[in-house]
Amino acid sequence: MTRILVSIAIMAITTYIIRMLPFTFFRKKITNKFVKNILYYIPYAVLSAMTIPAIFYATNDLPSSIAGTVVAVVLAFFGCPLIVVALAASGAAYLAMLLFPLFF
Amino acid sequence: MQPFRKGLAQGISIALGYLSVSFSFGILCVQSGLSVWQAVLISVTNLTSAGQVAGVGLIAANGAYFELFLAELVINIRYALMSLALSQKADSSFRLPQRLLASFGITDEIFAVASIEPEPLKPAFMYGITLISFLGWTAGTWLGAAAGTLLPEKLTNALGIALYGMFLAIIVPPARKSKGILAVVVIAAAISILLKITMKWMSGGFALIIASLIAAVIGAACFPVDQDAQQTEEVQK
Repeated sequence: MTRILVSIAIMAITTYIIRMLPFTFFRKKITNKFVKNILYYIPYAVLSAMTIPAIFYATNDLPSSIAGTVVAVVLAFFGCPLIVVALAASGAAYLAMLLFPLFF
Repeated sequence: MQPFRKGLAQGISIALGYLSVSFSFGILCVQSGLSVWQAVLISVTNLTSAGQVAGVGLIAANGAYFELFLAELVINIRYALMSLALSQKADSSFRLPQRLLASFGITDEIFAVASIEPEPLKPAFMYGITLISFLGWTAGTWLGAAAGTLLPEKLTNALGIALYGMFLAIIVPPARKSKGILAVVVIAAAISILLKITMKWMSGGFALIIASLIAAVIGAACFPVDQDAQQTEEVQK
C-alpha cells in the first residue's frame, strides 16, 4: 500500500518537475544541435518502443491484438484522429475475439 | 472571447479524446491490481498517458523506485522541450505562481493546441484548456476503473489496446513524412523486440530507456534536423 503511494508520488513529482522547470526558469534556448536532435527524436522512440511489442499482448490474445494493430496502423497511416484510431483498434480486436473462434 | 472560455472551448475535443483513452487506462489499472481510487489518484496527479501506463506496469511488476523515476524521466523528457517552447510564448502576465500552475497542464495535446495559438499565451487560457482536459482524463479513468470490471471480459481486453492505438496514431503520420522519424521508430521497435526476446531478466522500464535512447541518438547522428528552420516553416503554413 505504502509502496504504491510512494510510487505514485515519484511518478507525479518527476513528471511535474520536467514540465515545470523549463517553463518557469528557462530563459535561453538550447544551442547544442546534437542534444536538440536527440530530444527531438526521443518522443517517437519512446512511443514506438513502448508500443512494440507490447501491443501484441495488449488484449491477452494474439489474433485479436494483431487485428487491432493492423487496423490502427492503417487508420493512423491515413491520418485519422487519435480518438478514432484508438477506438477502431479496440473495435477490431473485439470483433476478432468474437469471430476468430468460429473459423478456427 | 475571454481567455479562460477560449481555453475551455479549445480543450473540448482534447477532453473527449482523453475520456476514452483514460477509460482504457482505468481498466489497465484495475487489471494490474490497483484500486479505483489509486487509478484516479494517478490520473489526478500525473495527467499524462505514456508515463502513467509505464508507471502502472512497473508498480505491477514490483519495479524499484529508481527504475520508476528513470522511466518517467525518459518517457516525459519530451515535456521539457514543449515547456521550453511554450515559455517563449507566455505573455508578461505570467509570473512565478502562474508559471508553476500552468506548467502542470503541458501534455502532448495541450501543447499542440497552445503552440499554434496566434497570440501570446495568457494564464487564463492555459487554465481553461487544462481544466477541461483534466476533467476528461480524470472522469475517464474513474469510469474505466469502476465500471471496467462490470463489462464483459472480452470487451475490457479489447479496450486494453486503445492506448497503444493512440500511440500509433501519434507516431505513424510524422513517420510517413520524415525519414529520420521513420528510422527512429523502426530502430526503437527493433531494439525493444530484441530486448524482450533476448533479455528476459531485464525489466520493461530499463528496456524502454535503452531502446529509446539508442534509437534517438542514432536518429540525431544520421538524420539531424534544423529545428529552427522547421518551426519557421510550420508557422508559415
